Amino acid sequence: MVDLLLISFGAIFISNFVLARFLGICPFLGVSRKIETALGMGFAVIFVMTMASAITYGVQKLLVRHGLAEFLQTISFILVIAVLVQFVEMILRKTSPGLYQALGIYLPLITTNCAVLGVALINADPGEGYNFIQAMVNGFSGGVGFTLAIVLFAGLRERLEFAPLPKAMEGFPIALILAGLISIAFLGFSGFRLQALLGL
Amino acid sequence: METPQLIVSPAPHIRARQSTAGIMWMVVTSLIPAAAAGVVLFGRPALVVIVSSILAAVLAEAFCQRVTGRRITVGDGSAVVTGLLLALTLPPELPWWMTASGAAFAIIIGKQVFGGLGHNLFNPALAGRAFLLASWPGAMMTWKWPAASLSWAGESVDAIGGATVLGLARQGFFAKHGVAVPYSQLFMGNIAGSLGETSALALLIGAVFLLAFRVIDWRIPLGYLGTLAILALLAGQDPIFHLLTGGVLLGAFFMATDYVTTPITPGGRFFFGLGCGVLTFLIRIYGGYPEGVTYAILLMNAAAPLLEKATIPKRFGEVRADV
Repeated sequence: MVDLLLISFGAIFISNFVLARFLGICPFLGVSRKIETALGMGFAVIFVMTMASAITYGVQKLLVRHGLAEFLQTISFILVIAVLVQFVEMILRKTSPGLYQALGIYLPLITTNCAVLGVALINADPGEGYNFIQAMVNGFSGGVGFTLAIVLFAGLRERLEFAPLPKAMEGFPIALILAGLISIAFLGFSGFRLQALLGL
Repeated sequence: METPQLIVSPAPHIRARQSTAGIMWMVVTSLIPAAAAGVVLFGRPALVVIVSSILAAVLAEAFCQRVTGRRITVGDGSAVVTGLLLALTLPPELPWWMTASGAAFAIIIGKQVFGGLGHNLFNPALAGRAFLLASWPGAMMTWKWPAASLSWAGESVDAIGGATVLGLARQGFFAKHGVAVPYSQLFMGNIAGSLGETSALALLIGAVFLLAFRVIDWRIPLGYLGTLAILALLAGQDPIFHLLTGGVLLGAFFMATDYVTTPITPGGRFFFGLGCGVLTFLIRIYGGYPEGVTYAILLMNAAAPLLEKATIPKRFGEVRADV
């Protein structure tokens, strides 16, 4: 149980996928203009990251058994992720057309969201040595960390909507600077000794 | 006969005579005791830090406004506040060019790229400090004890080196050697630390001034300091020690109360202070740094728009649409 807490806290705060590992920047910048869409994107990513962690865990085991992991790992992981994203897309189109419209091109682009491939590869890393449950918790928490980052970011960007930005800063430049500043703030979590907090 | 003129105008009809510039210069005034204490305690190097920080901030502001073709508003004092606040959070012997880069970062990246005063999303001075901490961690963690301030340490004086009080507490120094810094010394600020954060007395004088003139809202400092004290108490630590050491007084009264980067709703402000207290305590005890005020406030700045959204008061007489 404690190991799961450590993994979870680490993936959300200490090595946040967006703000510390710098993965998943594309949807982070793309769909963070409104809090609602950012939240929708976050939930989609949580689902895909959790499921991808679960399925790629089995795929990785299979690949290693047949000695294929070296060259088949990336492509098979991407295939799994692409299928999951298609699945999310079908559900969203049926159940929430508004969100589907708002996410637009960024929804199919979760396929190439490097945070999702990133979590699958981190889980498969023998150095981490995650078991099935740990891998899934890492994927879920990674998604929660992504959601936290993108919702905070969207809240700040909404405030900028009416700011008299210098012409050169409008759009992506200011978003990148803002992302950098949030990332600096998240440095506060670096080196956090969670073991001590949990009394270990 | 002349008919009386009726002037129709939208609210507000009664205006305060306060202006942005007036408030900014009041904040500058309230920081003078802390700055003076820093110079008295740490000598000329502290004065160099203060002057170079303010100069760089004002120049950076004027430069940005010149380049973007806006009205140059350095006279409103906001750049002076940022420069002075940044200086007060720095080690007293930081080289002037590091100080100046930090102040320039604070103004340019922390404020002007967002459209200037009133539109920055993070406290500029703290953004500058976090930038310096990431760029020159060695210089930013080089501390010096004021002359003749180590008599409390007795035999173990040689083991202190260049650590702050919080740094020593973190290493378990006080428990190991069975000594403590007297409260009176912590209160007067005769200890190692950032040049404007050590003297609780000077900071409290400034804070009372700002509270008396209602420049700052008491909810944030109360939430911040109260939370920190309660958490320290719950964790079996000395709450007075936690309040008097590090940058928490400077942060709680002068940085967490910034109008622009904190929630505007009263409830939001209280939760803002509470979050700062929790984060400061967690980073102090379990984090990678001995002091967490900078990151705590920056993180809460990032959460401020969401806090504000969540704490909008109910409008009187509002009826739910579905009833």
